[in-house]
Amino acid sequence: MEKFIEHRGKTVALFQPNIDTDQILPKQFLKRIEKTGFGDFLFYDWRFDENGNQNKEFVLNQPQFKHASILLAGKNFGSGSSREHAVWALRDYGFRVVIAPSFGEIFYNNCFNVGLLPINLPEKTVEELVRKNEEIQNYELVVSLLKKKVSDDFGLSIDFEIEDFRREKLLNGWDDIDMILRFEKEIRNYEKKRPAWMPKV
Amino acid sequence: MKTLYDKIWESHVVAYESEKVALLYVDLHLIHEVTTPQAYDGLMKRGRKIRRTDLTIGTLDHSVPTKDTLIEDEFAAKQVQVFRENCNKFGVKFFDLGTQNQGIVHVFAPEMGLVQPGMIIVCGDSHTSTHGAFGALSFGIGTSEVEQVLATQCIRQIKSKNLLIKVEKRLSNSVTAKDLILFVIGRIGTEGASGYVVEYDGEAIRNLSMEGRMTVCNMSIEAGARAGLISPDEVTFEYLKDRAYSPKGKTWDLALKFWEDLKSDSDKAFDVVLSFDASEIEPQVTWGTTPAMVTAVNGFVPDPSEAKNDLEKSSYERALRYMGLEPMQKITSIKIDRAFIGSCTNSRIEDLRMAAKVVKGYRVNPKVKAMVVPGSQTVKRQAEAEGLARIFVEAGFEWRNPGCSMCIAMNDDRLLPLERCASTSNRNFEGRQGRGGRTHLASPAMVAAAAIAGHFVDVRDWRFR
Ligand code: SF4
Repeated sequence: MEKFIEHRGKTVALFQPNIDTDQILPKQFLKRIEKTGFGDFLFYDWRFDENGNQNKEFVLNQPQFKHASILLAGKNFGSGSSREHAVWALRDYGFRVVIAPSFGEIFYNNCFNVGLLPINLPEKTVEELVRKNEEIQNYELVVSLLKKKVSDDFGLSIDFEIEDFRREKLLNGWDDIDMILRFEKEIRNYEKKRPAWMPKV
Repeated sequence: MKTLYDKIWESHVVAYESEKVALLYVDLHLIHEVTTPQAYDGLMKRGRKIRRTDLTIGTLDHSVPTKDTLIEDEFAAKQVQVFRENCNKFGVKFFDLGTQNQGIVHVFAPEMGLVQPGMIIVCGDSHTSTHGAFGALSFGIGTSEVEQVLATQCIRQIKSKNLLIKVEKRLSNSVTAKDLILFVIGRIGTEGASGYVVEYDGEAIRNLSMEGRMTVCNMSIEAGARAGLISPDEVTFEYLKDRAYSPKGKTWDLALKFWEDLKSDSDKAFDVVLSFDASEIEPQVTWGTTPAMVTAVNGFVPDPSEAKNDLEKSSYERALRYMGLEPMQKITSIKIDRAFIGSCTNSRIEDLRMAAKVVKGYRVNPKVKAMVVPGSQTVKRQAEAEGLARIFVEAGFEWRNPGCSMCIAMNDDRLLPLERCASTSNRNFEGRQGRGGRTHLASPAMVAAAAIAGHFVDVRDWRFR
């Protein structure tokens, strides 16, 4: 997995609560068996009309927000379905960071397996970022996972929290399976004492 | 003092990676065609094997047709074929289309006795929370984690907090588990249980059948919970007795002894306790685009101008626009075009019995297209044997083959833009049942009644024939 240490990028805001993974990546694209190419389908039903034409009003289609890589979102972002496809789509589209007051738990977890950094900030702070994103053309943020800091060129500097094990994983681009297999001996010991009545297929 | 969640957690710790991060052992890994191809791919790329094929079992459910077994959609056909090939290559047992145990992943596993108290169960699907009804810690995972579990049979976790939801007293007649959980989500919101594992208890919960308990735990995820749990009791043991994979003979006695001790020590062991009065719960209908946007059937669509704050106001306005509803519109005045009885929330035999009881002797409203999609082949056979299928068909419902169907609309079963559907599924998100489609969640009895009346009605007033 690609490492994440620091990222500077343009912001775009989708500041409404409860944007679920069905909106981020609609179900018609879940039939694909690849991990790549999902960026074209990100927010598909919002980005495109029934005939596949761009919906000009949707924020991602506005020229000033082209190539944004930091998404400012409302609370409970990524709730609902466990589909990791939603994270693949955000990442494939070019997003590296999502900042929101809260996230759906499975989505939040999935982000760390794909190299997308989800950041929890208080609702008021996200609101402020959204306001700046509206007022300042080409508003950019610098997100440092190393320093656990979000900053801009106008003096803003906010610390954020993140569990150490998640941070380390992204900083190093670690693969979970390798990490788990360090405990091979413990796993084998555990398997020996599992209750006999538990079902086997 | 410990909760049931604490106990299951502790009994599954393989090792602590750090103070907070534990490696937990997975007793059962359920898989299906949608969230596995990329995981299998990852294994193959790195030359890894599946650690425990004997603890892994699959089904085809999400993208399969429910009319016949021929898959016309090229992508779905490929996905299904790849799933078959991968399972065969790695030696994973799965239930193919048309075979006798195939069904929705959260329906077939419990009915085969694969879900037992005290287990940890994962699946690349958020509604894995369903299995908590048996006192098994069960949660949804992403595809990368599916790959991890296939390779190691373990999962890295940090512990959630403990929330107890007590539902005291009794549910009124014709008020069901679905109404109970919709009511609770309406009260606590889509994030009400975020960061928690929820245990449900109280008289109303204890009085539920296993089917009802599964409906409740199934929707825990819609309140943001990591998992839902109900401690096992006589109802659980009775259900498990003599199922295909339940322990038998002496092993049963051994297991039973263990299961009987699986409960929380005290309400005081929880971080938070919330109490509700079941006798206050009326049949529920959602009006918006999250399951928390819900009200009693005798209620009204809310007026956004009375929302708590600007954010709530704008999300109400957006929901009403999408749903094509007016502020203060009576719920019973909402006319429907489609009715869907199915999904892992409400497609079990008891759900079909409840719906059939309402339908018996009536005809589906001529303006409504209605269908029943049983959760599994077993449910389908049983419903046919009990004469339920005939009741549905004679009333004008379509009687389909098992699958997720119009819960997620990955196959041909979907709403057209602006079509309005009364649905027993679990998500009324924008476009969930088809782009532009409008979903109202309700219980099987309520959906059946709406199919016949053509609009929502209070099933408590129903004249059963
Ligand atoms: S029935 Fe619906 S919610 Fe249940 S597993 Fe299938 S798609 Fe998911």
